[in-house]
Amino acid sequence: MSDTGPVGARSAASISRDVRRGTLALRTLGGDVIDAVEKRNDELRAFVHFDAGEARAACDASHAEGALAGVPIAVKDNIATRGTLTTCASRILSSYRSPNDATVIERLAAAGAWVAGKTNLDEFAMGSSTEHSAFGPTSNPWDPTRVPGGSSGGSAAAVAAGLVPVALGSDTGGSVRQPAAFCGVTGLKPTWGRVSRSGLVAFASSLDQIGIFARSARDCARVLGVIAGHDPRDATTSIEPVPDYESALEGGIAGLSVGIVEGTWETLDDEMRVCFERSLTILRDLGVTVTHVALPSLGLSIAVYYIIANAEASANLARFDGIRYGRRAEGDHTLREGYVRSRTEGFGDEVKRRIMLGTFALSSGYYDEYYGRAQHARAMITAELRAAFGGVDLIAMPTTPTVAFRKGEKLADPLSMYLSDVYTAPANLAGIPAISVPAALSSEGLPIGLQLLGPHFAEPLLLRAAAAFESSLGVPVMVPPR
Amino acid sequence: MVRWEAVIGLEVHARLLTRSKLFCACETAFGAAPNSKVCPVCLGYPGALPVPNRTAIDLAIRVALATGCTIHAESVFARKNYFYPDLPKGYQISQFDKPLATGGSLEIATRDGAREIGIIRIHVEEDAGKLIHDATGGATDDTSLVDLNRAGTPLIEIVSAPDLRSSEEAIAYLTRLRQIVMYCDACDGNMEEGSLRCDANVSVRRPGGELGTRTEVKNLNSFRFLGRAVDFEIERQIALLERGERVVQETRLFDPAEGVTRAMRSKEEAHDYRYFPEPDLPPLVIDVESISRIREGLPEMPGPRAARYRRDFALNVEDSETLVTSRELADYFERTIAAGASARAAANWVKNEVLGSCNQCKVELRDFRVTAEMLGETISMVESSEISGKAAKEVFEAMATNGGSPREIVERLGLAQLSDRDAIRAIARRVIAANAAQVEQFRSGRTGIFGFLVGQVMKESQGRANPEIANQILRECLDTEAR
Repeated sequence: MSDTGPVGARSAASISRDVRRGTLALRTLGGDVIDAVEKRNDELRAFVHFDAGEARAACDASHAEGALAGVPIAVKDNIATRGTLTTCASRILSSYRSPNDATVIERLAAAGAWVAGKTNLDEFAMGSSTEHSAFGPTSNPWDPTRVPGGSSGGSAAAVAAGLVPVALGSDTGGSVRQPAAFCGVTGLKPTWGRVSRSGLVAFASSLDQIGIFARSARDCARVLGVIAGHDPRDATTSIEPVPDYESALEGGIAGLSVGIVEGTWETLDDEMRVCFERSLTILRDLGVTVTHVALPSLGLSIAVYYIIANAEASANLARFDGIRYGRRAEGDHTLREGYVRSRTEGFGDEVKRRIMLGTFALSSGYYDEYYGRAQHARAMITAELRAAFGGVDLIAMPTTPTVAFRKGEKLADPLSMYLSDVYTAPANLAGIPAISVPAALSSEGLPIGLQLLGPHFAEPLLLRAAAAFESSLGVPVMVPPR
Repeated sequence: MVRWEAVIGLEVHARLLTRSKLFCACETAFGAAPNSKVCPVCLGYPGALPVPNRTAIDLAIRVALATGCTIHAESVFARKNYFYPDLPKGYQISQFDKPLATGGSLEIATRDGAREIGIIRIHVEEDAGKLIHDATGGATDDTSLVDLNRAGTPLIEIVSAPDLRSSEEAIAYLTRLRQIVMYCDACDGNMEEGSLRCDANVSVRRPGGELGTRTEVKNLNSFRFLGRAVDFEIERQIALLERGERVVQETRLFDPAEGVTRAMRSKEEAHDYRYFPEPDLPPLVIDVESISRIREGLPEMPGPRAARYRRDFALNVEDSETLVTSRELADYFERTIAAGASARAAANWVKNEVLGSCNQCKVELRDFRVTAEMLGETISMVESSEISGKAAKEVFEAMATNGGSPREIVERLGLAQLSDRDAIRAIARRVIAANAAQVEQFRSGRTGIFGFLVGQVMKESQGRANPEIANQILRECLDTEAR
């Protein structure tokens, strides 16, 4: 990464170093970021709420101390930021302003970072392409006819396009890792409970985790060190101490054992398979032993994921009734009409589809058959993964079955869209951390990701492996053509 | 022969006495300005998460222990899903298949003696807000208002087994349960303000036969309503069955104005609550140490306390039950004894004078001017013959009105009893001398006149002579002294 290009194309580590030293003025830095976003955002639609004045004020209000001094951050628009909009890319929240910051935003600000703007997503994080946004789709910086992935597509695109060094997303079934892979950046989904969800608008609480986009493992480590840790506002955060993730990056991965799962990649099309095999070769060259692990229930992941996620979503989205906040259908109406009309007008089709599926899965008479069985299968998958980590340090998998698909390609076929989460959903079901690192470019010049999964709280090891892998590819990792 | 037997179970909601709500730091104030005690968590704002209030859990454990329940090492919060404007999140955080505590009981007195009533479960949940439909609250004909101050305040639901057989038994159960939650300092027991709410499940059957179809009656916010609603429901169901009709399983609402229950919704219309484990909260883990710590902090419960009064103080059922009505009253009673009164006298004074005076002056016991120590001293003065029973009432009245110490009042009002034998003998002699005719009559066998002569001694002493001693000395003088 060059220190002379636009600020957003530099690393968070180098920006904060220069800001702390006083060789990079906040004023210059802010102007640079604003220029870059204004120049590119019409074409990309990475940001759905970007206001030069607000960004300037946020930059000016940041401070020149801390691990992320002066670092601009793009934030997925389902993470609450006080005073600005937090819409979840939904009509029902199109004018909603949160009364407070998410815990992660408070912690970033305390470390000197500032929010550049809010990024696009599939409505309420439900989707894999960022096409289900009330504000229109985001384009993939590598090929504007293609999707950036989703649901955190806006954050992935903003980082890939060099508008900001790092961004926050949320990952419920792959919503950070899949767009990271599609856009050629690094995407980390931490252990469930490692990062506070307070202020993250819930999609599926037992699966949701705030994740990080960056162009290096080091920047991921830097940001994770700032946002991780117990939060008294989120009872599900862990009290496990937060290690120094950056010092954990050093030392290489020679001697590590990495498991691969039979039946997960052999049937991929040639290019994706060859790429995965090449990644394994790189790992072996780094001194890793690659062995096979058995995860017999892994094939159930997608079915289990869509039952549990939608069941929880059906309850999580019940609060959007147009009564206390958010969009309310106009005119006089009875209570029932008010619910029906506000929600009918406020939610998009994909959200409605999932609420209905989730409601059905929890209904009396169907609960045991759907939600109950899914919970059982989830426990099996989790147990199998735990057992597998008894034998290997990490597990490697492709992040996605394909490269970024074309806009509109899967919109008419929800099932095929859902299937693009096949490699990413297991980590959410088990609550374990996983990272997607850029691994190669396809013959069409599109990024392909390698995914590594670790046991609970193995982020230091995941980040070290990602750093080692990334260094073996050479720097710069990937810069989309302009 | 009894042709029908009622089978009744109660579901009681008790609001826990915490300063803050169950899952946020908002105050749990009753009567505050509408929507003034709210925050993003209890308003169900996007991204806001619940964090359990440990004090509420501890209070729930107190009640569970006091009713002999088993506290589960791990219980699970669950979402109960339904749409209503008083429910900001669209679901209530409650507990479902893994409640805090199960399998307890409490004892009630029935016509056929004491009986154990089973408690199936106690679980913790959050309350909903309140809808205002009346014009005084600001609502109009076609709009209602929502006040969410109550949303998220902590409740426990206590579910009894269907062990109750009459409205009297239901009332006895609720009475005892209310005492217990109050003894635990878990709930203020105020039914008018809705701190304690009760639903009744009622069915009837042939004695010993299969259980009949039950109905659930809601909105029973007083003992009287509970009694009337249950009686109405039993009679309604018996009448249906005797006409050869069937009882429909449904939820019914009690209308206190008409004294009837009315169908609210049928089984088919019942909500499908779609319970599932609350993913925002880890399982509630309760360790053995905190259970024993909480157990050690519990006071003696009303049932055992009343039994102890019967055993140790030979009080009857009615008196012992009256005295344990509240922990304050029972403590007052025991402190009266500790201050020197006999148990029998203390019981009579407390249930008659003390309760009467408090009622009359409309003061709470804790604000009553006559402390247990003052009462105990007064009673002990009677019992050591320093003052008469009549004087004691005067002392009590004086203390109730103006306070002051009993001794000082006795002194000031000259109420000390005369027990000096020589002084009383001197009075007796004066009375004998002054009533020669009556003395003559007595000596000639008209012993009935003795009462008149005692009365003269009392009068002469201005009522202060100890009547027993006066009696004795007068008899001595009449029998032995020269004619």
